[in-house]
Amino acid sequence: MSIIQVKDLVKRYNGVEAVSGVSFEVEEGETFGFLGPNGAGKTTTINILCTLLGFDSGTALVNGHDCRNDAHQVRSSIGLVFQEMTLDNDLTAYENLKFHCYMYNMEKRLAEARIREILGVVGLSDRRDDLVRKFSGGMKRRLEIARGLLHRPRVLFLDEPTLGLDPQTRSHVWEFITELKRSEGNTVFMTTHYMEEAEVCDRIAIIDGGRIIACGSPDELKRALRGDTVYLRTKDDATAASEMSGRLGLSPRQLEGGLAFTIESAEKFIPRLFETLSVGIISVNLKRPSLEDVFINLTGREIRENNGPQRARG
Amino acid sequence: MLTYRAIYVITLREFKRFFRQKGRLVVTAARPLIWLFIVGSGFTMLIDTEEVEYIQFILPGIVGMTILFSSIFSTISVVWDREFGFLREMLVSPVSRVTIVFGKLLSGTTLSVFQGAALLLIAPFLGLGVGVLDYLAMLVLMTLVALAITALGLFVASFLESLEGFNVIMNFIVLPMFFLSGALYPVGSFPPYIKVFAYINPLCYGVDSFKHVLLPGSGRLAAEFPMLLDVVFVSVFAVAFTFASALVFERRK
Repeated sequence: MSIIQVKDLVKRYNGVEAVSGVSFEVEEGETFGFLGPNGAGKTTTINILCTLLGFDSGTALVNGHDCRNDAHQVRSSIGLVFQEMTLDNDLTAYENLKFHCYMYNMEKRLAEARIREILGVVGLSDRRDDLVRKFSGGMKRRLEIARGLLHRPRVLFLDEPTLGLDPQTRSHVWEFITELKRSEGNTVFMTTHYMEEAEVCDRIAIIDGGRIIACGSPDELKRALRGDTVYLRTKDDATAASEMSGRLGLSPRQLEGGLAFTIESAEKFIPRLFETLSVGIISVNLKRPSLEDVFINLTGREIRENNGPQRARG
Repeated sequence: MLTYRAIYVITLREFKRFFRQKGRLVVTAARPLIWLFIVGSGFTMLIDTEEVEYIQFILPGIVGMTILFSSIFSTISVVWDREFGFLREMLVSPVSRVTIVFGKLLSGTTLSVFQGAALLLIAPFLGLGVGVLDYLAMLVLMTLVALAITALGLFVASFLESLEGFNVIMNFIVLPMFFLSGALYPVGSFPPYIKVFAYINPLCYGVDSFKHVLLPGSGRLAAEFPMLLDVVFVSVFAVAFTFASALVFERRK
């Protein structure tokens, strides 16, 4: 049985659909990523799965429990790291963790043992009794992830776990999450709008405008592109496009400030471009397929162009 | 439905936060002393009272005020937690919403009683004899009053979104409650249309019950309602607002 089952999930805010009929399943032990621009419905979906938000129709099951009617059981099975910080700055690292243990009704002795263990895992043992206020962004993130794991949840939800961190700290946090996955074997459900971060997932669902537009392993998704992507800028894109489709049998996509097309062994094909096109070529850029290209291929735009206003949550 | 370990740790957290905020501690300790010794001793010279001095008369009211401020402003933590995200850590845990309400209620109440009890130690220096039994009776009464007012505060706070809003609204509630409590002048001396507001004010009955214990005897400045009425009104108020805030908390996410 899948640990997360979502079918035809719909959530509306004031009549506007934030999630429009999303379906997917996550297997136990899998790292599953929700990839998409801000406002695509990622956080809304995570909040529904964590019982913090109701929904209009469809089903959502976590660990076999209904997210709407068995909220209590769902909450016992999950750990959650929110997009924004939810530690108490005026408590020490130890006190924040102890609070969490007691909220999950753990015995004192068990709580102490788990806290000692997890502080070691996240490398914060020597900062145990420091106020969280004094922690750096990366340390706070590690502490929050540690807290999310304290009660040994069946599924760990990570909502944009590296948002607002500098690149160096981001890669540290990722090393840590991958390492943790190896040692603890949790199911991880995460959202991100950083393409390169989604690469660590076993499977990815690409979500845009409240719908899943593709789902599969990073390799599968990239393989579906069948080849490399060539980005081309010319003096006259319209003419270039018609020549490419007429003479070379390509169907280039019009992007902002250029054309793009997908072809196998692009490095051997590029010289033919120069021979064939009558308009001046300004630049040619060859890219091996990345998830970013998968997204562009599916939606016709880049993921970061679409950083619209964040949806209200709550 | 209630998880005692969660209630304990929510309370423990509020205590730690309280004692770590040095500024709040100083203000909390200074406020009743300022009222007693600056306002109280000033009016003692001015007002000719018979059986008790004015400064003695206002002690029950100042104890009430201490509980009022402490209880109401303890509920700022609800708004604080929402604004700084910590509320979500609690909401996503498997404890019921009612458990969270009880945790906040217990911490607000104990912190208030603790402050009221500390202030009461001043009574002998004001020439008021407070025996052990009186002190114990006061602890029970103060607990009731603190519960009632913390529950009221929680109810109001659960509707509020911002810290600014909290301060504006709560000051609007706290000051009339204090001045209409009989803390500074007997309720009997109010004009009839103002008396109506005193009669629905839980602090009014609370302060009156304190007067029963601290200012026994009869006279213009003694307690004005029967003790039974005081206790029943405050208890009913406490229960009603505990239910109300639990209900609101359950609905809101």
